[in-house]
Amino acid sequence: MASGPVELKIRWGMVIDVDKCTGCGACMTACQAENNVGLEENFSKEHRAISWIKVRKLDNGKSFPDYDEVYMPQPCMQCQNPPCVPVCPVVATEKGVEDGGFVSQIAPRCIGCRYCMVACPYESRAFNWHDPVWPEGMEKTLTPNTSTRMRGVVEKCTYCHHRYTAARAKAYEEGRDPNELGEDEYIPACVEKCPSGALYFGDLNNPEHTVYTLSHSENAFRLLEKIGAEPQLYYISERDWVQKMADYHLELKRKG
Amino acid sequence: MQNVSMNAMPRDAEFFPEGVTRCSLQKFLIMMGVSLVIFLWGCYAAYCILAVGLEGTGMNNHFAFGAWITFDLAVIALGAGAFFTGFLRYILNIKELDKIINLTVVLGFACYTGALIVLVLEIGQPLRAWFVFWHANIHSMLTEVVFCITIYTIVLIIEYLPLILGNRVLNRNKFLHSLGHNLHIVMPVFAGVGAFLSTFHQGSLGGISGVMFGRAFFYRDGFFIWPWTFFLFVISAAGSGPMFTVLIGTLMEKVTGKKLIPMEVKLLMGKISGTIMIIYAVLNSMSALWWANGLLPRFGLTFSQMFHGFYFGQYIFWFELSAFIPAIILLTPKWRANTTLLYLSGIWLVLIVSLNRYVQVIQGQAFPAMPFQNWEFYAPTWIEWSTCLMVVPYVVMLLGLTYRYLPLFPYEKELN
Repeated sequence: MASGPVELKIRWGMVIDVDKCTGCGACMTACQAENNVGLEENFSKEHRAISWIKVRKLDNGKSFPDYDEVYMPQPCMQCQNPPCVPVCPVVATEKGVEDGGFVSQIAPRCIGCRYCMVACPYESRAFNWHDPVWPEGMEKTLTPNTSTRMRGVVEKCTYCHHRYTAARAKAYEEGRDPNELGEDEYIPACVEKCPSGALYFGDLNNPEHTVYTLSHSENAFRLLEKIGAEPQLYYISERDWVQKMADYHLELKRKG
Repeated sequence: MQNVSMNAMPRDAEFFPEGVTRCSLQKFLIMMGVSLVIFLWGCYAAYCILAVGLEGTGMNNHFAFGAWITFDLAVIALGAGAFFTGFLRYILNIKELDKIINLTVVLGFACYTGALIVLVLEIGQPLRAWFVFWHANIHSMLTEVVFCITIYTIVLIIEYLPLILGNRVLNRNKFLHSLGHNLHIVMPVFAGVGAFLSTFHQGSLGGISGVMFGRAFFYRDGFFIWPWTFFLFVISAAGSGPMFTVLIGTLMEKVTGKKLIPMEVKLLMGKISGTIMIIYAVLNSMSALWWANGLLPRFGLTFSQMFHGFYFGQYIFWFELSAFIPAIILLTPKWRANTTLLYLSGIWLVLIVSLNRYVQVIQGQAFPAMPFQNWEFYAPTWIEWSTCLMVVPYVVMLLGLTYRYLPLFPYEKELN
């Protein structure tokens, strides 16, 4: 049923060094502010809160002194073979083949059936279970760059696509080829705000971009490689147990 | 003497089918009233959803599908008696099924419209439901489901229409009489269309889970573009639907205290169910074997990892595979003739199919898709229970009204 990964000339993607991540949550906050993500009155309802990038805490399941833990930021994987796209009955989510391979989400088109959420094994999508609410005064933080979403629709990380559009427009105005953006011309808010420099962004197909080199390193791995979704997001860790925890390996006992 | 018996007849007796008796209007209205109250309670729950969104449900970003989808899948499978019996009666021309065909149509109509009501609540933006037709993604199984269910419901309305026109008072009108008669003549065409549509949407409902290649629990590879669940859902619906109709018909006999369906027709329906379900049992076992030994290891998983605790226990898996037992009972003339075994086998099949839908919706989501996650649990809220349960009084009212005023059981007079 999997139709296979699409061929992309430009493949915008991310590399996250989990060994560098401190779990501070700056990426989550930056994303929340940049993309006008609605607030949850009660954040103890973890599975109801909307967050386009989650920071997961993983541990090796051992006791002190062998105990070890890492923090794993997890935005949308922007899969090359996205499990969520073919299932949407109204084409409210698409794989952008011509603009760098983003998986879009069109909120005004979404009917809220949530089939895409079930199909995505990474849980990268969130549903608006109620009307988005901003406490008094907080509405002043809303930016004009991203439309707010209404209740009853699904939303997800777009790798700050509006920034990509702006970078392309700027290149066009300056008489440059918008398809040949420099590495620093377009980066999502989460990457920009990471204080420990754990998040890298660029064209995974371009050897001149850092992400190309990092994604080819021996410590690079992706989540759930076996399902064949081909994420455009790589993780790096020198820790063997972290790499192993990225997928099921028959003999692996779950931890964390 | 005639005057005395006329006086004893209920006040709405004029509308009854020819030559049958019914309970008093008062008794009937009490039954309808109780059903209506329960139905209105469900309507209030539906209002809560439509007014403020899905916040009142037990679903969350982990469990994006819940009781509603499970209920829809089960109800549509059990309502499949309509399409499959229609196919056998009108296309394969098995005339004995005339004695139960009306019930299958009404039950199918009730199940499908009930499922559609719940489906409207299920989507977050019900006012955009028409987008599925306008912006249809032909690759999505859900698109196929929505198209086929909607069109098939229209077919069921057309199949229901001759029954409504068969009302004694309506039938006096010459035009309506002719319309009903002519609809009867063209019914094989609609039965054929219904069988085609229903086959595809039963399959697509199975395909919904089977195509999700990102989730090993659901994924089933397949035959060309169709996952195995596509075929398993069609076959299990065709197999359980007829026996579900028999069970409902028998329940109506108990309530009314009358003989409504000849025993030989029940036995025939049992034989049909048994035949289809034995095929299902074989194919389902093959699918399970291949899933456990082929697909799961390919994803780095083991069979035992797929089960957890009581709600997601392995016993459900083995119970699903037990379809062989009721199927064999229904296929053995001696055992089938025993009414207790006949009805027990029917209940057994209904449970198997319903639990299969539960597993294909809930258990698959509960399973940790990523190795560092844990099993999750989901509990429907009163809103979800109420909106699902309101379909029961809806079916009771529909069947009650149809039984009282329309010739639902054409051989009722002869049987009593």
